[in-house]
Amino acid sequence: MEAIGLLLNTTLVFSTALILVALGGIFSERSGVVNIGLEGLMIIGAFSAAVFTYFSSEWGFGGSSAAWFGVLMSIVLGAAFSLLHAVATITFKANQVIIGVVINILAFGLTIYLVKSLFDGSGQTENLSGIAFTKYNVPYLSEIPLLGDALFKTYPTTYLCYLLVFVSWYALYRTRFGLRLRSVGEHPGAADTVGISVIKYRYIGVILSGAFAGLGGATIALTTTYDFSHTTISGQGFIAIAAIIFGRWHPIGAAGAALFFGFAQALRFQADLFEWSQSIPNEFLYMLPYLLTLLLLAFAAGKSRAPSALGDPYDPGKR
Amino acid sequence: MEHQPIVAELKGITKRFPGIVANDNISFQLRKGEIHALLGENGAGKSTLMNILFGLYQPDEGHIEINGEPVVIDGAGKAIELRIGMVHQHFKLVKPFTVAENIILGNEPTKGIEVDIKSANVRVRELSDQYGLKVDPRFRIEDITVGMQQRVEILKTLYRGADILIFDEPSAVLTVQEIDELMEILRALAREGKSIIIITHKLKEIMALADTCTVIRRGKVVGSVNVKESSERQLAELMVGRSVNFQVNKEKSKPGKAILELSGLTVQGEHGKAVVEDVTFQIRAGEIFGIAGVDGNGQTQLVEAITGMRKANSGSIKVNGKELFGASVRNVTEAGVSHIPEDRHKHGLVLDFTVSENMVLNNYYKEPYSRTGILNYKAIDDNASKLAQQFDVRMSSIHTEARQLSGGNQQKAIIARELTRDPELIIAVQPTRGLDVGAIEFVHKQLVEARNAGKAVLLVSFELEELYGLSDRLAVIYEGRIMGQMEADEKNEEQIGLMMAGNVMGDAQRHTV
Amino acid sequence: MQVLSKIFTKQSTYVPLVAIVLGLLVGAIVMWLGGYDPIVAYGAMLDKIFGSTYDFGEAIRQVTPLIFTGLAVAFAFRAGLFNIGVEGQFITGMTAATWIGINLNLPWFIHMPLAVIVGGIAGALWAGIAGWLKASRGVNEVISTIMLNWIAYYFANFMVRVVMVEPGQNRTKDIQGTASASIDWLVTLMDNARVHWGTVVAILCSFVFYYVLWKTRQGYELRASGFNPDAAHYAGMNVKGSIVKAMMFSGGLAGLGGAFESLGVFKSMAVMNALPGYGFDGIAVSLLGGNNPFGIIFGGILFGFLSYGSTGMSFEADVPNEIIRIVIGAVIFFVAIHGIVKWFLKPFFRKRREDKKEAA
Repeated sequence: MEAIGLLLNTTLVFSTALILVALGGIFSERSGVVNIGLEGLMIIGAFSAAVFTYFSSEWGFGGSSAAWFGVLMSIVLGAAFSLLHAVATITFKANQVIIGVVINILAFGLTIYLVKSLFDGSGQTENLSGIAFTKYNVPYLSEIPLLGDALFKTYPTTYLCYLLVFVSWYALYRTRFGLRLRSVGEHPGAADTVGISVIKYRYIGVILSGAFAGLGGATIALTTTYDFSHTTISGQGFIAIAAIIFGRWHPIGAAGAALFFGFAQALRFQADLFEWSQSIPNEFLYMLPYLLTLLLLAFAAGKSRAPSALGDPYDPGKR
Repeated sequence: MEHQPIVAELKGITKRFPGIVANDNISFQLRKGEIHALLGENGAGKSTLMNILFGLYQPDEGHIEINGEPVVIDGAGKAIELRIGMVHQHFKLVKPFTVAENIILGNEPTKGIEVDIKSANVRVRELSDQYGLKVDPRFRIEDITVGMQQRVEILKTLYRGADILIFDEPSAVLTVQEIDELMEILRALAREGKSIIIITHKLKEIMALADTCTVIRRGKVVGSVNVKESSERQLAELMVGRSVNFQVNKEKSKPGKAILELSGLTVQGEHGKAVVEDVTFQIRAGEIFGIAGVDGNGQTQLVEAITGMRKANSGSIKVNGKELFGASVRNVTEAGVSHIPEDRHKHGLVLDFTVSENMVLNNYYKEPYSRTGILNYKAIDDNASKLAQQFDVRMSSIHTEARQLSGGNQQKAIIARELTRDPELIIAVQPTRGLDVGAIEFVHKQLVEARNAGKAVLLVSFELEELYGLSDRLAVIYEGRIMGQMEADEKNEEQIGLMMAGNVMGDAQRHTV
Repeated sequence: MQVLSKIFTKQSTYVPLVAIVLGLLVGAIVMWLGGYDPIVAYGAMLDKIFGSTYDFGEAIRQVTPLIFTGLAVAFAFRAGLFNIGVEGQFITGMTAATWIGINLNLPWFIHMPLAVIVGGIAGALWAGIAGWLKASRGVNEVISTIMLNWIAYYFANFMVRVVMVEPGQNRTKDIQGTASASIDWLVTLMDNARVHWGTVVAILCSFVFYYVLWKTRQGYELRASGFNPDAAHYAGMNVKGSIVKAMMFSGGLAGLGGAFESLGVFKSMAVMNALPGYGFDGIAVSLLGGNNPFGIIFGGILFGFLSYGSTGMSFEADVPNEIIRIVIGAVIFFVAIHGIVKWFLKPFFRKRREDKKEAA
């Protein structure tokens, strides 16, 4: 029982980043812009969080305020970096996949370059134990057997994540903003002819993806690795893309898929918990999310749920 | 109409695109409550002009006045503000959204921060009752008919309070009854005091519907006439710039043996519903067999099934006695079938290839163009030069990318390629779409010559005039079924109209063919 | 040759050149902001590349896999496919070749070629999965190859760590001497720089690439399917077959690159901590070379030299060598948004308008 609670708890911690990044990706893709650069944006977020948490603690930020400052900066810088994507793909109509690849290359190069510059040639930041986030037990709710262990004894960023899933769903499906954003991704010509600015909504979509991916990256640095190095983010951005597809571009669906992928990660992290899981080489657990996505894409029906205009630069001349 | 106030006036509008002047000093007046047709050939500049009025393009010169006030329309938003609405030829509807969501998009009623979809539904229902435009606001666009989608587009403009409504080729996608309904709707809107511009090249519609007709040729206004005092022939001559002979000169056909024999051909669509059902007909050598019908009634699938581009589900396709059911495109080609496709950019040409490469698109693998898997560019180029000369395809060089050619020359290149492969059967789908009158005449002449040379020709067209002019016999297709076959003669027009709307050929009128 | 001249005119030549200059400029600005001297750093880079015969040989060694992966990306691209999976195909080829190199005992004139060919085939088959998924199940190759990259990566690590491991080490056993692809006399001549036959094969591959695509019937079909699959279908070509063939040819090139990297350079395979990035660099090289096989040789040389030279930058000028990833990223960025490059060039190229037949 306790083992299961712990496993679920770890699942949620690992899923948090994936869910957040997938939510961001949904905003971008729903507006019609493919974002392969989520991985790079996460790198920016994890880097910013690690660096700013460390330095703000040096500057005298006490308690968890240093970590929150790190989170804030990861959101801001993630959003700022995604502007590069937006300008290139929306304004200059560059190929979205190529620019995504560029974002990944640049983010990796830039952050490691900066880490080495800031920390005297060391490839990783100072350890953040003691100043990063700690788990917080929600009063009463954490007392519930199993569920309490699984859901309510965790990091503040995970609670924030629960909230953002709901907020994202509400924003996309209940508000004027959501209706317009989705219309821009489905049929930009239709949006344009009723006076909706395709460019504006696509910029918002991409920038939101940067902010969310930055936040997602931050949660990894501040709750899992406690530092930033070149292996901090290794493929989570791509798993988030898989979660978006798995979840059919819907916030709740994607969150579900991310939870599943998080479970696969937690399983190998807690592999010694179960006898049966010890016999599987780690690599096969690692590749599970990718393999499942591939199988899903190949054999599940209804794959036409992607926004219709996804990947196409909007050219008003060709409406 | 002359006593009605002018609601919109375009003065001296000029719009240039790289290489062409789309609108050359055009002036245009629209009066309150009138239905004003804008007539012109493809590429004459009608749509450009209307896109300028709707704010999608900016004019290089000239200006616009609405209700006597000079205005700058720098986007659709501004046009909407000025109470101008446009129903585009290709609908601007978001398919997974509901009718109501599409109508309110950009102008959503809200309750707090939520979109108030309930009051939107109510408002849409009110509007649809008021103007007799029946639609259910809760249906998704992807689940309703094309005619209904057009009504949604009209409601979108009315919801925004449009007084000036622009319709771009509104009847192109509709059935005969839907066109009648549309005409009723337009008349009702005009009676309500709305001013309507309708872009079209269908003379009959203009005669039946419009008060005024402005004719544009090559970017210039060549006349604005009162429709009641005009005639179809006069309008046609204005549009083309010379007297037009609608009649294609051809002798009576001397049909030979059956070349194409279809029997019981059935093709299922994506949702398992038959899109071509139990189609049976024959085409003989030396005759042109036309297929009439509104776009989207299975013509595309029928042609794709015959040419092997799509799998048929049952039935038989024989060319020259050889069974081709289930055969690949290549087998069909080699059995002597040529195909002038409906969409020359999508299917007919590889636009990034040179003209020379395109001229061997379906026989590149044969001698002398390839030997043992290696291309022989000299033979390929010689072929292109020969065909270009024979069919008068104009371009700077055979090594020009096909993309650079004008539409007419692209079509000529395809026709050259398809007719010179010495086919038994020529399938031509909308062979003159988007061409100017000169090119149309050329294409028609080539098809008739092929028929005179003993080829069997299957002609699919949405233009009845073209079918009457070229075909020896006609069949009408409706929802994938053949409603009847007859001599191609304008005398049968009423009967054909009924069949295009789904009435099976009456026994009384059945002609033996 | 007419095709060649077409490729080397218009934007495709000046855009990459300007992009390289802009990319180096971005790198210089980043270094300057970080308190380093860009001139000293770039000087150290050039020194490193051309400083000694050993270094020059090693720089060529660095270029070789990039030509393979660049060609792989470009070949798929010419057939209308975006093969992000060159990375995974490279790893697969490397793993397969290493396995043959370690486990078989054969005379050298069979062993080395066999290992290389098996590496190529492994890459081809790995890419073929993505091709098959696209052709028969309609799965977008960008997504499927991203997934296949990670699967290949973990599978390769498993093979290294469990199946081929040198006990007590984080790498495989060494390959047999008979499987080595080193050019031994040249290695001696260049002070033990790890030069190998892969370089020669890579250049041969550029010619094969050109010949197949522009001179053969098969190439005509691939290009037609790439530019316009609907028209290719109309013309009776087997479009689905073309997709699979193009992916396999592309993956084969990547696999060859991977095979030579193991057989010619490392003689073993180490556990990877992250994707090694050959495939992503291939995208850069391919873009820079205008997807043209001979342009790609130049693109490969540029990127290979930059990457190799960057170690000199960190050693002599103390600049973190990741700076070169920034330069490479910036160069692709500028190639991809040629709009910006054109904007930069506006004063030089007045009235260089593209005539579009789009109007009305």
